[in-house]
Amino acid sequence: MEFFSFNPSLNFLEVAIMIEVEGLTKYYGNYHALKGITFSVNKGEILGFLGPNGAGKTTTMRILTCFFPPTNGKARVAGFDVFEEPLEVKKRIGYLPENVPLYKDMTVEDYLAFAAGIKGVGSKNIKATVDKVMHECVLTDVSYKFIGELSKGYRQRVGLAQALVNDPEVLILDEPTIGLDPKQIIEIRKLIKNLAGRRTVILSTHILPEVSMTCQRVVIINDGRVVAVDTPQNLTSTIHGANRFSVKIDGPPQYVIKELEAIQGVEKVIKKDASASGIGEYIVESIKGRDIRKEIAPCIVNKGWALLELKPHEMSLEDIFVKLVTKE
Amino acid sequence: MRNFYLIFKKEFKSYFASPVAYVVITMFLILAGYFFYSSFALFSTISFQATINPMLAKQVGLLNITESVVRPLFGNISVILLLMMPLLTMRLFSEEKKSGTIELLLTYPITDMEVLLGKFFSCMAVFMIMIALTAIYPILLIAFGQPETGPIITGYIGLFLVGASFVSLGVFASSLTENQIIAATVAFGLLLLFWMIGFSASLAGQIFGDILSYISLTAHLEGFAKGVIGTEDIVYYLIFISLFLFLTLRILESKKWRG
Repeated sequence: MEFFSFNPSLNFLEVAIMIEVEGLTKYYGNYHALKGITFSVNKGEILGFLGPNGAGKTTTMRILTCFFPPTNGKARVAGFDVFEEPLEVKKRIGYLPENVPLYKDMTVEDYLAFAAGIKGVGSKNIKATVDKVMHECVLTDVSYKFIGELSKGYRQRVGLAQALVNDPEVLILDEPTIGLDPKQIIEIRKLIKNLAGRRTVILSTHILPEVSMTCQRVVIINDGRVVAVDTPQNLTSTIHGANRFSVKIDGPPQYVIKELEAIQGVEKVIKKDASASGIGEYIVESIKGRDIRKEIAPCIVNKGWALLELKPHEMSLEDIFVKLVTKE
Repeated sequence: MRNFYLIFKKEFKSYFASPVAYVVITMFLILAGYFFYSSFALFSTISFQATINPMLAKQVGLLNITESVVRPLFGNISVILLLMMPLLTMRLFSEEKKSGTIELLLTYPITDMEVLLGKFFSCMAVFMIMIALTAIYPILLIAFGQPETGPIITGYIGLFLVGASFVSLGVFASSLTENQIIAATVAFGLLLLFWMIGFSASLAGQIFGDILSYISLTAHLEGFAKGVIGTEDIVYYLIFISLFLFLTLRILESKKWRG
């Protein structure tokens, strides 16, 4: 490790990686929950953790928060190993567990003050810190209510507030928007997005639009393994290895397909639908790296048909997810 | 230290946020009051009869207020505690396990020791309130009679130690399960076993019998009720308390073993 300190660029890299997970495995008795998970999160990044139920999202998060250790493999948060120095890791994280377990017999304010105290906020600053976080999470109106009396949405916000209360470097949120109404979901997403840059965030979800809206990078895991790591944009454009275009043409379908297939570089033409008037939508797939748009237009127009629309066809995150997860 | 205090405060408050502490303390005081009343009433009847019947007055012990009221009182209170303490300790870890709050608690920057001691002393604080409220009985005795104060003080020291033993075993039972009824049953069963294990000492042969009577919770309380502070007894209770706190700590730690 001494070696690195002489090299400023490497040193910078070392600092920039906030969470490092290497070959993480976890057994629950005989059940193999994690089968070697490796990924890393840069400082200030929002990472989406995507996977079907039972893929190992919560298990990975519990290991990162030092709730239990991995069977094998390494995980480092802010440079501290979760197994060797759990207290140092715990000081630097805010965690929102999946079911938002909170003490129902405490008031919102008391509970947040308790969490702030335990997380090392100085006793003089507790009041101000709690007020600030209650304001951020829109909890001021219910500060004197018992947590047990709150609705699911408010409880979720209390959970988020306790995670944020000590202004942690790393936030680990297990399905933060589940059970909220649409307006609250938008608010929470905005809140999470605002945290980026200052803090590193990992959030798990199985709501796909959430990932494309809030996350800069996505890790898709399935059955205890990482199946893809990339930005949502790259995932949607590169996953199918070919360029696809969606074309709307007013013309006789059987001839249109023939004509399109005849264009050089076209691999496949799929007809999506046709209305009675003869306007049809076609998906044209070309060989990767070849732009066939220039050839499509004259070919259609020369035949006397009308070209109504021509646009790149992107797979939605849903399509990719299903494709990746059901590959095996 | 600060974390310990925060856990202690939270746990202590939560005893009184639900009716648990109120109900347990009330039932305890009703029973303790009844036992105090009945032994005191018996004592005053006998004393009254002794003024008429000189033969009765010769029987040493019957007319000694310390012997016939104070001593049985501490014995009775400890038996009621045996029944009541598992109800106070059962929630300490089981409830957190069941509701899942333990997940958040254990991911806060806090050591297992701080969690354990915070919970242990919060229950001890409720227990201290319980026995502090029984001080009314010796105060009444002192107001209307002349009991020896020595055995009263040592009696309370004994009660404190035996109560702490109950709490430590109760905390241990609670750390084993997420079901509060199981926690209470295990605590109650083990306490009763430790309470009665000395009863069969006389049948168990020389060495084994000695061991049985030494590990019995009851045997070590007798000295205190008589006004004797025995080092052996204090050491016994301290070992008992530390053993079960140590075991609880191991149970908490076992979550962090690689498996």
